[in-house]
Amino acid sequence: MSTLLRLEGIEVGYGDLTAVREVSLEVRTGEVVALIGGNGAGKTTTLRAITGLLPVRRGVIELDGQRLDGLSPSRIVARGLAHVPEGRQLFPTMTVRENLELGAAGREARARRHETLEWVFRLFPRLQERNRQLAGTLSGGEQQMCAIGRGLMARPRLLMLDEPSLGLAPVVLKTIFETLAEINRTGTTILVVEQNVARALALSHRGYVLENGRIALSGSRDELLASGHIKQAYLGL
Amino acid sequence: MDAALIGQGLLSGLLFGGVYSLMAVGLTLIFGVMRVVNFAHGDMMVWGMYLAWMLATRLGVDPYAGFVLCAGGLFVVGFVVQRTLVDRIVDAPHEMQILLMLGVALVLENAALVAFGPDPQRVRSALTASTLWLGPIFVDVGRLVTFGLAVLLTGALYLFLARTPLGRSVRAAADNPYGALVIGTDVRRVYAVAFGIGAACVGAAGALVSPILPFQPAGGLSLSVASFNIVIIGGMGSLLGAFVGGLLVSVAESMGAVFLAPSMKELVSFSLLIAILLFRPAGLFGKGSA
Repeated sequence: MSTLLRLEGIEVGYGDLTAVREVSLEVRTGEVVALIGGNGAGKTTTLRAITGLLPVRRGVIELDGQRLDGLSPSRIVARGLAHVPEGRQLFPTMTVRENLELGAAGREARARRHETLEWVFRLFPRLQERNRQLAGTLSGGEQQMCAIGRGLMARPRLLMLDEPSLGLAPVVLKTIFETLAEINRTGTTILVVEQNVARALALSHRGYVLENGRIALSGSRDELLASGHIKQAYLGL
Repeated sequence: MDAALIGQGLLSGLLFGGVYSLMAVGLTLIFGVMRVVNFAHGDMMVWGMYLAWMLATRLGVDPYAGFVLCAGGLFVVGFVVQRTLVDRIVDAPHEMQILLMLGVALVLENAALVAFGPDPQRVRSALTASTLWLGPIFVDVGRLVTFGLAVLLTGALYLFLARTPLGRSVRAAADNPYGALVIGTDVRRVYAVAFGIGAACVGAAGALVSPILPFQPAGGLSLSVASFNIVIIGGMGSLLGAFVGGLLVSVAESMGAVFLAPSMKELVSFSLLIAILLFRPAGLFGKGSA
């Protein structure tokens, strides 16, 4: 499997504060990779740096061998990366349909948006029912579906999700994670950031554990699940 | 009071309201997208008037055709002002934004003063000379055309925002700038386009009103205040509110001129503002806290 996303020793911060340092990780084509860790470990910061929303002070970010660091978010998204942010960040006074279509940003994504929209509606039939409803009036789970759908509309090579489980009822969460597995099976590579470690690892092939802005541990799902540290600190076993 | 006089006042007010609406729509678009109040709005409008005047006097272009060029010219002005200046203070506190925009207003006003002198000007158009009679009420054809074009432009702006990809991006950036950035929208470009369109609205409004109202470089501030007043009455950031507010304020001013005195029109519009702030502080079409 070829490497799709590669982070090499990146350092990111806010003002005087360094939130993430010497983080290196790799996502191979076709994989689901989990980035797990506690509150404030630097997970969201890492994703924001990959999308170009925060400047990278040191290190290299590459997508398919091409440098991403230093590019604007619009350029980075055009290279085939979609970011489903924490808290959904939908457009509340626009319809579900408009939210989805706004995700089809690049030239190819726009040309094939009808086809992609059908796929998104197949994945999340609820969105088709809510087609003309304003996004701000959706339930939490529907908003998460809409945010993932909006990301998929870009026809990304890499889908990055930030805390997709946040604030969702267990039933809804199960549906969404099953759909994520299906999205991966049909060829989309996924990098998922989660505090819900059990859920995230169940979905993933491999994982990285961020602690205090550094990678503390990494390995395959089974290695991580077998690790005493993970059991104790994250799974409460 | 003569019914014909009241009817005349209502009609004149309504017809002039199209221009008010267009001014306010431009201001509310800029505010809705960037949360920046364009205090140079009226001065941009004065430049729209002078552009129409130059086109008419130098090239013989009637302002009812020249308004398109004036809108285009002001679009460029707005785009450049946003890119070079406003972009630096989009996230700054309101008082800093106000200082910058008042500075831009002063530069525009004094540049007009240097270029055109302090004397009032007026643009002549063949249309303003003719009138229609509806029974006892006369209709100034110039005002009628001004109104029609202003409504048409507002409708075109609405369609642009509702139907085109760029228009949708403008609305998305207004709704949630961070969300727009995350999905790869070039938010800086969208901001510049929105500011350009807002300025183009007053560019067109200025040209369309140039055959009706005499203008001079010092007139910008009162036009800015009038636009701001309408936007607050309609609800900050609401396009429909700005449109309806423009018609409402204009009719109210016209009625004030009929029932009180022509010089009392500001009294009426500001009374309306105070009433709105007392009873509906978010404006007629405003959403919740403003």
